[in-house]
Amino acid sequence: MTQNDIVTGVLLDEIALTLEELAQACAVEPQWVVERIEAGILGDGSLHVASWRFTSNDLTRARRMRQLERDFDAVPELAALVADLLEEVDRLKVRLNAAGLPVD
Amino acid sequence: MEFKDYYQILGVEKTATADEIKKAYRKLARKYHPDVSKVPDAEKHMKEVNEANAVLSDPEKRAAYDKLGSRFQAGQDFQPPPDWDAGFEFSGGGFSGADMGDASDFFASLFGHAGRSRRAGGYQMRGEDHHAKILIDLADAYHGATRAIILHSPREDEQGRVVLKDHTLNVRIPKGVKEGQHIRLMGQGSPGIGGGMAGDLYLEVHFSPDPRYRVEGRDVHEIVPVTPWEATLGAAIETPTPSGTVQVKVPAGSQSGRKLRLKGRGIPGDVPGDLYIVLEVVLPPADSDKARQLYETMAQDLAFNPRQKTGV
Repeated sequence: MTQNDIVTGVLLDEIALTLEELAQACAVEPQWVVERIEAGILGDGSLHVASWRFTSNDLTRARRMRQLERDFDAVPELAALVADLLEEVDRLKVRLNAAGLPVD
Repeated sequence: MEFKDYYQILGVEKTATADEIKKAYRKLARKYHPDVSKVPDAEKHMKEVNEANAVLSDPEKRAAYDKLGSRFQAGQDFQPPPDWDAGFEFSGGGFSGADMGDASDFFASLFGHAGRSRRAGGYQMRGEDHHAKILIDLADAYHGATRAIILHSPREDEQGRVVLKDHTLNVRIPKGVKEGQHIRLMGQGSPGIGGGMAGDLYLEVHFSPDPRYRVEGRDVHEIVPVTPWEATLGAAIETPTPSGTVQVKVPAGSQSGRKLRLKGRGIPGDVPGDLYIVLEVVLPPADSDKARQLYETMAQDLAFNPRQKTGV
């Protein structure tokens, strides 16, 4: 490929990830993802395997959880709790920002 | 390339036990956690700490590194001696999958090839996925754009060694992208092994800060200054927006903070966002006799007390 080639990507959410693709993107085995879906801490709560599709937010959440589990030997539920809190902080930061209030 | 003292990075003695290394790593992983850390360059520190931990927490890698480290000091110019790792058998690249793209030159020169060149023929594996963040302007989300990004990614050279190379990618930013959303670039991750497919590159999109606009999902908020007479009497004003200049009708009797919704003028999408114009009434300064006179006339002629409701 030359320097002038333009690479076109796809927007996640317009195209959702499959189980294998999400696992690959997080450098984990698909079983890691399955266990967390079954525990209700990842995905949209559906247990219907054939319909599993993952969004941009799922990817961010899964990578955060994997990092927390790996760095701190956190049990999945604790990593999910921290991910919940980080997501809440993200939402509040966006709202603060939209209201014109400084975040820090 | 400089020699990196991984013990110094983790703040442990060279005699540290596996437990002490783990403890030091966790302490630093918390300190530099990218989601919460307020330390400048936290992300850069975290990469170094991750790299140090990847080596020192693996007995094989640590032993090989120790053998080398006895001859080098932090910051010293460094090239790995030939066969420096003879007699050691590493189990993998050292970074778990998706993070190899974060490795330094130093790490890649030592451990990048481990687990690749040693694998026997016939072995096939898909390349690892990589992740990077990209900053774009809000206008890029409205119109789409092409942006050149420079990636520091491991590639195999002719001898099969992994070296880090700067790699320029011209990426098309699709119209309608939101803050935090990922763009997936197929085949732009690590090359595959033994003819396996290349991994993908995921770009996490963030907007460059722009004091004019605030973004919430696909909705955009824009503060627009107006004069007291435009707000009070109503007016048609022109204002720049991310999608170009628009004419906005300011309703009579508006106050500061009033929001005007321009439906569908937020970030485009199947359901496009809205643009909220937030009016900010700006008072003209009384910096001339004429201006001062006008304010005095208003003070005398208008029976206006904005604090009436407070009972004073």
